Amino acid sequence: MTLAHPTPVVRRRVARTLTHLSLVLASVVVLLPLAVVFLTSLKSEQEMARGSRALGLPDDLLNLRNYATAFRDGEMLAAFGNTAFILLFAVTGTVVIGSMAAYAIDRFTFRFRKLIVALFLVATLVPGVTTQVATFQIVDSFGMFDSLWAPIALYMGTDIVSIYIFLQFVRSIPISLDEAARLDGANAFTIYRKIIFPLLRPAIATVVIVKGITVYNDFYIPFLYMPSEDLGVISTSLFRFKGPYAAHWETISAGTVLVILPTLIVFLALQRFIYNGFMRGATK
Amino acid sequence: MPPTHTTEKVARPPSAAPRPPAARPAPRSVRLWRGLTPWLFLAAPLVLLVAFTYAPVVNMLAYSFTDWDGVSPELSYIGAGNYVEIFTRPELFQVFFVSGYYLAASAVQIALALYFATVLSFNVRFRNFYKGVLFFPYLINGVAIGFVFLYFFQDGGTLDSVLALFGHESDRAWLGTSTSANISLASVSVWRYLGLNFVLFLGAIQSIPGELYEAAELDGAGRWHQFRYIIAPGIKPVLSLSVILSISGSLSVFEIPYIMTGGATGTETFVIQTIDLAFRFNKTGLASAAAVVLLLIILAVTWVQRRLVPDDKVDLT
Repeated sequence: MTLAHPTPVVRRRVARTLTHLSLVLASVVVLLPLAVVFLTSLKSEQEMARGSRALGLPDDLLNLRNYATAFRDGEMLAAFGNTAFILLFAVTGTVVIGSMAAYAIDRFTFRFRKLIVALFLVATLVPGVTTQVATFQIVDSFGMFDSLWAPIALYMGTDIVSIYIFLQFVRSIPISLDEAARLDGANAFTIYRKIIFPLLRPAIATVVIVKGITVYNDFYIPFLYMPSEDLGVISTSLFRFKGPYAAHWETISAGTVLVILPTLIVFLALQRFIYNGFMRGATK
Repeated sequence: MPPTHTTEKVARPPSAAPRPPAARPAPRSVRLWRGLTPWLFLAAPLVLLVAFTYAPVVNMLAYSFTDWDGVSPELSYIGAGNYVEIFTRPELFQVFFVSGYYLAASAVQIALALYFATVLSFNVRFRNFYKGVLFFPYLINGVAIGFVFLYFFQDGGTLDSVLALFGHESDRAWLGTSTSANISLASVSVWRYLGLNFVLFLGAIQSIPGELYEAAELDGAGRWHQFRYIIAPGIKPVLSLSVILSISGSLSVFEIPYIMTGGATGTETFVIQTIDLAFRFNKTGLASAAAVVLLLIILAVTWVQRRLVPDDKVDLT
């Protein structure tokens, strides 16, 4: 310690207390808004009308009526169904397409290979939000507008980060494995399916988690491409709560909690994979 | 150009290519088939890449010089008219000032993330709990976050109640004036995205070998010196990545303001405006020009960043 005004021990203790204080404060800032919404979701309409304070406890801690309303009238069940459908196809598609592209780029030499790699690389620089004006016309011309296939195709087709994650992993698989299989008479497709794909499991886990959470949370694409009410995914269906329930915070809160809950469960169950996945995804 | 730069590194020696061990040249049909194989694997990814990334960029450029409304079969070429309009109509240009709030917010966000990552890289009690709490908002659905904070800023909502606890009765409409609304929305964005920066920084700090700290401690370096000379250089690549992500993020803010205020009271961002122009007012030409401007700014920022911090993270390929 260079400065020796107070004794080092005192200084260190003060520093440690301040550190803990900052962490506790941060936790309160993160958790309080969520906790209040959870409490509100348990309050009845009458309680809200009486002007129950935001921080006050609900009269009945087991009042789940708002959840029933949100589920039934807010069509959350259909929304979860649509989201699940999109998730299944988009995530499977991303895994298949990403691993195939990575296999071809890493294991073959062919003409224009450098060009292809550059095409994928430059595409990561183009932010999707900027091009939607023109993407919309293309999706529309394919006849996919206002169908579940629009988001599926877009999620599959614009995920270049996944290709990079796969590329890293394919690179780490020794080529001698391919060659051994080739001597046994396997063709390129068999090698991809029987050797490369199974060994990509850690990369697949990463892509499934990151992609899954991104797709689950996306609002922009479903909002733009699926205006029909029966094609609502959880984001857009929840967004529609804003109109009819504008003054009913207890219902909106219940819908919000319903949307956050699956994320919380997945996060608690897969914490370590999620940290690693997002780190890998962001630093590609 | 950075891309070319990286492609060179990507090139692998031809020996990596699968070659049959036999030296005898294969018959023509076999060779043809072999040459075709990589393209079979690349067909689907390439079609999607062209259809949903490159074709839109090219089309967008083309639309930006026309007055197309997005539906009618007629469109006429109007030169740079749309671009002139963007830079001369103040209400169209004003959205860039809104980005300023988010840019300032991301500076705060990076500083906070850095602080918490440093603190939690040391052994602190309940470390995993804090890590989880700080990161979790990043995973939450944007619409849900919008609603949580609409209630938070509402009259008599969470914020007012907390202030009342401390004896401060406030009847301020937090989302009522332009400045207040933008600051509130930008804070929500810090709440939401802090976790990603934090986890990236934490990962970078934890990958610094522990012996370095021990050696520094033996040399009598305090926490600040450890941060300055060990941690800071170790996280430089991630820091520069975070800066670029925040700049392009600040320019393309959409969800939080759209969900919470719909762009009212001066909170309209560039993307909200572009979407409105294109899909509400059917001004596809003008919207395309706006999107081209945004794309160019983001590409320029990326280019400057690659210049300033020669990035050795990108050659993972």
